[in-house]
Order: sequence, then structure tokens, then C-alpha cells
Amino acid sequence: MGIITPGFSGRPRSAAPELPPGQYLTPDFPVLSAGPTPKVPRDTWEFVITTETGAEHRWSWDEMMALPQQTPTVDIHCVTRWSKLGTSWQGVSLDTLFEDVDTAADYALAHCYGGYTTNLPLDDLLDGQAWLVHTFDGEELPAEHGGPARLLVPHLYFWKSAKWVRGIHLGHEDTPGFWETAGYHDYGDPWREQRYQGD
Amino acid sequence: MTTLPYVDGNMLDGPLGEVFAVDMSTATGRCAHCGATGPVAALRVYSHAPGLVARCPTCTEVMMRLVRAPERAFLDLRGTALLQLPMPQVPAGG
Ligand SMILES: [Zn+2]
Repeated sequence: MGIITPGFSGRPRSAAPELPPGQYLTPDFPVLSAGPTPKVPRDTWEFVITTETGAEHRWSWDEMMALPQQTPTVDIHCVTRWSKLGTSWQGVSLDTLFEDVDTAADYALAHCYGGYTTNLPLDDLLDGQAWLVHTFDGEELPAEHGGPARLLVPHLYFWKSAKWVRGIHLGHEDTPGFWETAGYHDYGDPWREQRYQGD
Repeated sequence: MTTLPYVDGNMLDGPLGEVFAVDMSTATGRCAHCGATGPVAALRVYSHAPGLVARCPTCTEVMMRLVRAPERAFLDLRGTALLQLPMPQVPAGG
């Protein structure tokens, strides 16, 4: 089990934790959703990475759970201005899922049960920056927080950490996702306060 | 399992009234996905989100998204095929 230390690229931790600009701290875990919560049984759940050539890499629930697991503890920042520090998760590093994926693509589009999508540069999913998580705070990830499994990409605003994720499409072109086509920033770095288009 | 509640489209009066100078409470919209036509007030609005997401009550697909930034609003209507708005009477013979 890998232990992942919190923090953003060497940013020093002070006694009073530093928050990205415009954020406030919450002890709660607010539930945000753009639609009804999809019911996804684990026995039919699957996660598929589709490359730019159409090659598919597919995992069932049991196959995903059999992969090496990590337990990241990370700070999360929602674009609606709440931040939550030191959240504990368990899941599979995207590095593990991408191990055998042969791709020259620059862009990833995560797509989800329920129809949600969000786009990220592929580089932001690799090198220990992103996970497919199924456990929060030692418990099965509740459906309202994205269970059975969601993306966790804590260095970007939390809308990039797609709930109910079912796969990733890779491509040479950047394809804006659900919120990115509705005025939100394409990249979404909380430390640069990239909330809306043009920020 | 908890699921987030939605509210009805009457809640859009304020946010859309900020964008349109017409009374949206009696507007009707046709869903671009399933073709159902109904009052904007009957849409299912998910508001616990980074923006307002209004879904068709017939097929639950997204008909409208409204994002309010501090000095801008973004309105995405690609899920609405046709919006019918009540307007003041045009003077006859014009
Ligand atoms: Zn419809």
C-alpha cells in the first residue's frame, strides 16, 4: 500500500493550512450533483480506457479491486468555494491503469454513468496525481459521493474528480466536458483560481 | 440511498429573469432529446451544483444549464430545441 503525503508540489504546510484563493474551509462533505444519482451495481460495473486508435482496456469490479491499492490523503477544493483538508481515500492509481495503455494522446475525457463528462490533459492523470477511488474514510464510497467509484484528481477543482466514472476516452484534441462547455474553465487549477472561462 | 432533490422550474424565474427581460414563468420549451414540450416551470432543476441544471421531466436529459459567474452568466440551451416566450402584443398594422 502506498502512502501518499498531502501537499501540492512541495508547497510548504504551515500550522494554519493554506487554502487556494477564494476558498473557505468546511468540515462537512457537501453533496453536489447535476442530475439524479445513478444506481450502478458492482457486478455490472466496468471501467474502460479507450485510446485514440479505439483500443479498449477494460476492468470489471473484481479485476479493479485486485489491482494494487493506494490510500491517498489529500485536500480537495470545490469550485463552489468549499475546501476540505486531509480527506482519506482508497483506490487504484491511474498510473496502474495506464501501465499497459499504448497512447500518444494528449487529452482525456472522463465519462460517467448518468452522462456526466469532464476533460483533463492526460499528463494530469499520471505521475501519482490521480486515482480511481472506491472507499472514503474507510467506508464504501456512498452513491451520492460518486460510488461505486469516482475519479480523484485533487490538484484540480473537484468537478474534475468525476463521480460514477465509467471510462476515459483519449484523444489528440481537447474535448470540453459538462461544466467546461457551460462556462467553467477548461483546466481548473484552484491555486490560480481558474473557475470560469477566461480566468 | 440518498439522492439529491431537484426543485421545479419556477425557481428559474429569478436567475433567468436576470438574463432575459421577459417573464420566464410562462415560457415553454421543447426538449431537444425527446421532443416533449412543456412549461419551463415544470423542468427539474438541480441546484446543488456549480450551476443550475434543468432537466426534461419526460426523459431527464439536460435542457438548460445556467452558470452565474461574478460578472458574467453562461446559458447553454443546446438541450432546448425551441423556447416559446410570452411577449407584449405587437401593434396591428405595423
Ligand atoms: Zn426530454
